[in-house]
Amino acid sequence: MKKTVTALLLGCAFAAAQQRPAVAIRNAKIVTVSGPVISKGTVVVRDGLIEVVGENVAAPADAMVVDGEGLTVYPGLIDALSTWGQPGAPAAPAAATAGRGGRGATTTPPATPSPLAATAAVPPARGPEDRPFTTSWLKMADEVSAADPRIERARSAGFTTAASFPTRGIFAGQGAIIDLLSDVQPGVMVLAPSLGQYISVTRAGGGGGMGGGFPGSLMGYIAYIRQIYLDAAHYQLVKDAYAKDPRGMERPAYDRALEGVLESKRILLPANRRVEIDRMLRFAAELKQPAILYGGRETFRPEAAALLKKYNAPVLLSMRWPERPRDADPEEVESMRTLETRDKAASAPMVLESAGVKYAFYSDGLDQARDLQRAVKKAIDRGLPREAALRALTLSPAEIYGVADRVGSIEKGKIGNLVVTRGEIFDDRTKVEMILVDGRKYAPAANPAPTGGRGATTDDPGVNP
Amino acid sequence: MKRLLLAALLVLAPLGAETYVIRNATIMTVAKGTLKGSIVVKGGKIADVGATVMEPADAKIIDAAGQYVIPGIIDCHSHIAADGGINEGSVSVSSMVDIQDVINPEDIAIYRALAGGVTTANILHGSANAIGGKTLPLKMRWGKDAQGLIFEGATPGIKFALGENPKRAGNPAGGRGAPTVPARYPATRMGVEDTIREAFNETKVYKAEWDAYDAKAAKGEHPIPPRKDLKLEALKEVLEGRRYVHVHCYRADEILMMLRVADEFGFKIRTLQHVLEGYKVAREIAAHGAGASTFSDWWSYKVEAFDAIPYNAAIMQKKGVVVSLNSDDAELMRHLNSEAGKAMKYGGLSETEALAMVTLNPAKQLGIDNRVGSIEVGKDADLVVYDKFPLSDYAKVQKVLIDGNIYFDRDNEVSGRAARQAEKQKLIDKRQ
Repeated sequence: MKKTVTALLLGCAFAAAQQRPAVAIRNAKIVTVSGPVISKGTVVVRDGLIEVVGENVAAPADAMVVDGEGLTVYPGLIDALSTWGQPGAPAAPAAATAGRGGRGATTTPPATPSPLAATAAVPPARGPEDRPFTTSWLKMADEVSAADPRIERARSAGFTTAASFPTRGIFAGQGAIIDLLSDVQPGVMVLAPSLGQYISVTRAGGGGGMGGGFPGSLMGYIAYIRQIYLDAAHYQLVKDAYAKDPRGMERPAYDRALEGVLESKRILLPANRRVEIDRMLRFAAELKQPAILYGGRETFRPEAAALLKKYNAPVLLSMRWPERPRDADPEEVESMRTLETRDKAASAPMVLESAGVKYAFYSDGLDQARDLQRAVKKAIDRGLPREAALRALTLSPAEIYGVADRVGSIEKGKIGNLVVTRGEIFDDRTKVEMILVDGRKYAPAANPAPTGGRGATTDDPGVNP
Repeated sequence: MKRLLLAALLVLAPLGAETYVIRNATIMTVAKGTLKGSIVVKGGKIADVGATVMEPADAKIIDAAGQYVIPGIIDCHSHIAADGGINEGSVSVSSMVDIQDVINPEDIAIYRALAGGVTTANILHGSANAIGGKTLPLKMRWGKDAQGLIFEGATPGIKFALGENPKRAGNPAGGRGAPTVPARYPATRMGVEDTIREAFNETKVYKAEWDAYDAKAAKGEHPIPPRKDLKLEALKEVLEGRRYVHVHCYRADEILMMLRVADEFGFKIRTLQHVLEGYKVAREIAAHGAGASTFSDWWSYKVEAFDAIPYNAAIMQKKGVVVSLNSDDAELMRHLNSEAGKAMKYGGLSETEALAMVTLNPAKQLGIDNRVGSIEVGKDADLVVYDKFPLSDYAKVQKVLIDGNIYFDRDNEVSGRAARQAEKQKLIDKRQ
């Protein structure tokens, strides 16, 4: 048995090595993110790792040499909250929270069935005891698949890495940092298997206060989440007592929902409006859980940024800045709140930057290079320095998830995730020339199929946004 | 330690920054009659009221010549300022949910309520189920965050509901698209009673478990505590008198049923809400000690609300019930003053008695009459200045103070409109 395993491992290693010849990019501008920009230098990637980077570095004799004249090398972009790697998952996790304003009330339409979208017909929950919409035990690391066609599109836009989460349900499951690789065993894609628990306060398929099972209101969701944490604490207490001395003690039943909650080291909570940011930060503090907020639409308001600073909580910003719906009623008089949010949303990163809040961008379903460029440009136009924008897509998400020792910048010993461009990365005429993921070289797809836009559930290349 | 506590209390106390003197007003104190004179507001509290007062040197003067001042209006039944639904109607007993978790301090209805003279509102869960969610009174401190709205120190409540709404078994679980899913229990008034009884039976067992645990823990033992159940925890608080019960009801029979169930399980009904047939059983309501919070003249919107009369409030009051008039509605909330006025027409109440129905009486019902509800020295400076006799339809709110801070000023509101409109227009033009 052992021998077979060794042989298998060797085989894998061999196969991997075959796919991953050493690559040296020389005479290129290198934007390391963690250190100063190298205006003309060389970076060598071998065995999936950055072997060396610097100005006066010779390309090794066995390396495939790429002439970097006129090219710029960046760390691979990281999508800080994603569903990539899950075929059949919704295109974007919905940072929807019940209530007013803009896209706040979005619900994700049901998707085609997949292991991550197990929405079998179950009777409506009668209360928290039925553990409604909970798959806290689900691990992205176990479910990831290289077969997701969005991987190639995202990679062609410069993404090499994603924090991918199951996003269906209240306790949807545990995310993982994955490398956006194609044609590999799923396990190879996983950089960090347990990022924490994705929590949402909406559910697929609607349902309201007057039916559809528990919970049907925002306060119901909150009460349910609170009850789960009370139950988890009690469960732990009973389990510990039983482990200490099982004799004469009733055996506690195994509860996978609580196991999943207990093994999650942080929670992701949705919060767009200032009110929600306040609410969720307080809630996380009450639950004593380290939290990352996602959505962040109103973080352009300094008081919202100040709250995040006060609680020392990071926020993941959706790159889909709010826009007026194309089919909006021309007669509609929009509220000041809506108008203001739309006008100022893209200044959020700059406001967070000034407030000293840790933030990162997430694609929110955008995976076309030009859409991403446009989104980043909007923030840059609002005063965000270009370097800060780049950081919010590289080192910052890596730091937020505690994987900055592996990815997020171009440093010796880190994983060989690079994107090579002609032109500055967020400029609209810039072309991605080459992408290295885990040391594997990919060319951008010639004409990546467009996605179905936000809410698209599957790969349907025929559907335009 | 003591000093620390004192300091903490001082920080918590809602201190108004300014000292004001409201001069030359007709002051309807509610508790101590109506007089012409001045009010001194200091440190967020009413420091002095009288025909003549000592005006502090640093005081800002509000000249209210020809105007009226009343205590801030208190709405005992409101659903504003809550996010994401006020009904957790999926279950018959939803006492695990709490309005406090979903306060929306940016709901414009707060500002509009202020403009109608409301300074405190009891924000209730809806009436979709027999036992609804947890509730609490908020002060309309527009501009503060969610925590800043909470009426600090007020006893929280819980909403119960009887009659048509909770028995509406026609709510198909699963929404309109899934009519085949079994409907929610109960479907009859009998079932509503049973639901409440069963919930309290369950709570008694739960309470016994916790009492036993608490007794052991008090003796220094370390048993494993029972599981904390948020649903039963709220009802345990009811049994312990730490949470007020506000019951949505209409018909006399269901009112009597509720009072009997409460007596049997040993808890009090704090208020009966709507209670349109309360005039039929006013003596029984008074005997139980429940308050009644009703509409002035709003009825016939459903079958159980047909047998109503505009004299309801006055009759119950005369039988010894503490009666308030509420809004249950963000619009009605803005003219509770004229709702109170109707109690003079129907039932012949005095000005003070009528005004008490939207000030001191709801304060008593919510257990906050030591803080608000009348203009008395030492109470919170929650005051409303009207240009005319406040029980008239023609009266307009000029200023609203809460804790001695001005939260609404009609002059500023009106003069600021052009600038706000221009700012908005700029954004609209920018749009394309």
